[in-house]
Amino acid sequence: MRTWIEKQKALIDFTLSSLARRKLKNLGLLLVYTLIVFILASVMLFTHALRHEAAQVLKNSPEVILQRMVAGRHDLIPPGYLEKLGRIRGVQKKEGRLWGYYYDAVVKANYTLMVPAAGAFTAETITDGSIVIGAAMARARGLTPGNLISFRSYSGRLFSFTVADVLPHSAELVSADLILMSEADYRAFFDITAGYYTDIALSVANPQEVRNIAIKLAETLPDSRPILREEVLRTYESIFNWREGIVLVLLSAAILAFAIFAWDKASGLSAEEKREIGILKAIGWETGDVIKMKFWEGALISLTAFLLGYIAAYLHVFRFSSALFEPVLKGWAVLYPRFELTPVMDGFQVATLFFFTVFPYTVATIVPIWRAAITDPDAVMRG
Amino acid sequence: MIKLTDIRKAYNQGRDNEFWALNGIDLKIEPQRVTALCGPSGSGKTTLLTIVGCLARPTSGRVHLRERDISGLPERFLTEIRRSTFGFVFQQFNLIKGLTARDNVMLPAYPLGGDWRALHDRAESLLDTLKLGHRRHARVEWLSGGEQQRVAIARAMINDPEVVIADEPTANLDTALSREFMAILENLKEQGKTILLTSHDPLVVESAVVDTVVNLRDGRLVGAD
Amino acid sequence: MLSRNSHRAFVFLGLFLTLFLLTFADAAVQRGGRIAALDENARLVARLGLTDLCLFTEARYTRHPSQADLHTAFQDHPIGLEHFPSGTLLPPPRNLASSYENLDRKTKSAD
Repeated sequence: MRTWIEKQKALIDFTLSSLARRKLKNLGLLLVYTLIVFILASVMLFTHALRHEAAQVLKNSPEVILQRMVAGRHDLIPPGYLEKLGRIRGVQKKEGRLWGYYYDAVVKANYTLMVPAAGAFTAETITDGSIVIGAAMARARGLTPGNLISFRSYSGRLFSFTVADVLPHSAELVSADLILMSEADYRAFFDITAGYYTDIALSVANPQEVRNIAIKLAETLPDSRPILREEVLRTYESIFNWREGIVLVLLSAAILAFAIFAWDKASGLSAEEKREIGILKAIGWETGDVIKMKFWEGALISLTAFLLGYIAAYLHVFRFSSALFEPVLKGWAVLYPRFELTPVMDGFQVATLFFFTVFPYTVATIVPIWRAAITDPDAVMRG
Repeated sequence: MIKLTDIRKAYNQGRDNEFWALNGIDLKIEPQRVTALCGPSGSGKTTLLTIVGCLARPTSGRVHLRERDISGLPERFLTEIRRSTFGFVFQQFNLIKGLTARDNVMLPAYPLGGDWRALHDRAESLLDTLKLGHRRHARVEWLSGGEQQRVAIARAMINDPEVVIADEPTANLDTALSREFMAILENLKEQGKTILLTSHDPLVVESAVVDTVVNLRDGRLVGAD
Repeated sequence: MLSRNSHRAFVFLGLFLTLFLLTFADAAVQRGGRIAALDENARLVARLGLTDLCLFTEARYTRHPSQADLHTAFQDHPIGLEHFPSGTLLPPPRNLASSYENLDRKTKSAD
């Protein structure tokens, strides 16, 4: 055992000396490799953590949301709709909700305006004329509690509001662009007559009953579209799916880069390298020794790249809030929530990344020297 | 010590350019003597050297090392024997570029997994003996021809082999360095090593250090000394 | 003993491996610290009845992907190909197909 360890150490000594002969080239290779691992690991960590965060936070979403569809489009709930539902067994509460979008031409941002449910904000009741705003919106317009802000409604009139409060920064992931106002203000601002609602939120006591209730709802109101909480959660389970857009491009680019590396390694040796292997064999190295030595070269480089890339990715995603992804995620939006993600890692994903980082490269390093390693060393004498 | 019986070696056998380098060699290498193989280029000297030193296998014929038939051994065993019994000094030196002199000397013993410290010390003492101690950290490509050859000799000696094989050792050296080499050779002989070399340099062949001269021509022996 | 290449390599690798393992430890510690924030967010979601993360505020169907229907992306143009960058990051909600299936089935039974 001790001999085996000493032997591997000696082989590693040689392989490192060998790599050191072209310090710059090999350091460059290591850097690029680490960068690829960094990008892949960053994407992996970010998407997994975001999905987990979504699941944790949205599990308190309303059990059923009922939308009304007119000509394939989402339309307002008319008066009497709520009553048409009647009493459905299992439904504890049903309430009409009011929310919509507003485009602020001043900063070219979209806001979500909402009327919080009765009793939702008992501590700071939203009185007529006052609003509670999300943190990103506050940043965009430079607002603090006590400030006044005016919006021009779609009917052309100007409405002024006082900022009563700003929602906490830690809740930006769900509330960054929110503007909460009273029902009277909302109806006046958007010119929505009493009795009309955006949608209906239903709370159901028993989670097993939700599907049945949804079916009953669709039966009773054929122009309705029930959205279940489980569907909401599933939407976010597939966010940043690897099959989508930019993630797919990133993945393809990374795989291509790996393939180029492996191809470069595997597509044969230079005359110099062949000669050196011949020399090693001539001075007493066995085929197996040469292969083991090459194995260490591939393994050490890929292992280092994996460890460094992963550590950098972890720091990037969980300590620097995925700063490099911000331009991509922001897209054309003006508002972008500042949020920290809870660090959750999928061990299986990490293991897969490790496998795909280390294994192919190590094999690619060994394959080309196989041929050279098994040739008879007498060629060296004659050469 | 080493006995060759009817050794034949062919290259590209069965193909159009089939070439028989050795056509039946019977030879005995005496222990603790210096044997020189002479002959024009193409006579098969180097081929014979590779077969004696277990670098290649004969196409037919037998090689006996101390009464033991080693011609049919699998590669593992052959390498083992080669590593422990033979030390090679190649005509082109064949040092690994980019590595220091000391690293090059230690190289043959790396796969053995022995005590690194001891190996390191032995390498340094070998280089000292050959008056290269001050150059041990130099990269071999920065060394002069004579220095490189001495590194090659030190490397050949690292596993303390019984037989030292040198292929055209003075081909790339001037007279002064050639004489230095012969002095080193004499030293090795005094240490009890068996030495086999090829050369067509009269300085070597006619030297007093050489005990036996074997002449080769067209893959066959021509008379004997 | 750091004169040997392999020993130096092992020291570095050991360092990297330690840092690697430390990230998992750090994650565990951070998770503990984030529980309060997560709870607060969850409570806010419950109070306001929120259904989506506020990640992409470019368009309606990117801001509330779970509330979007099959047609919202194309309301701007019948052949409206995806023109918001965040649309490339969000797949259409999987529930869309099934909710329309539902309606089809309901129609059959009503006949």
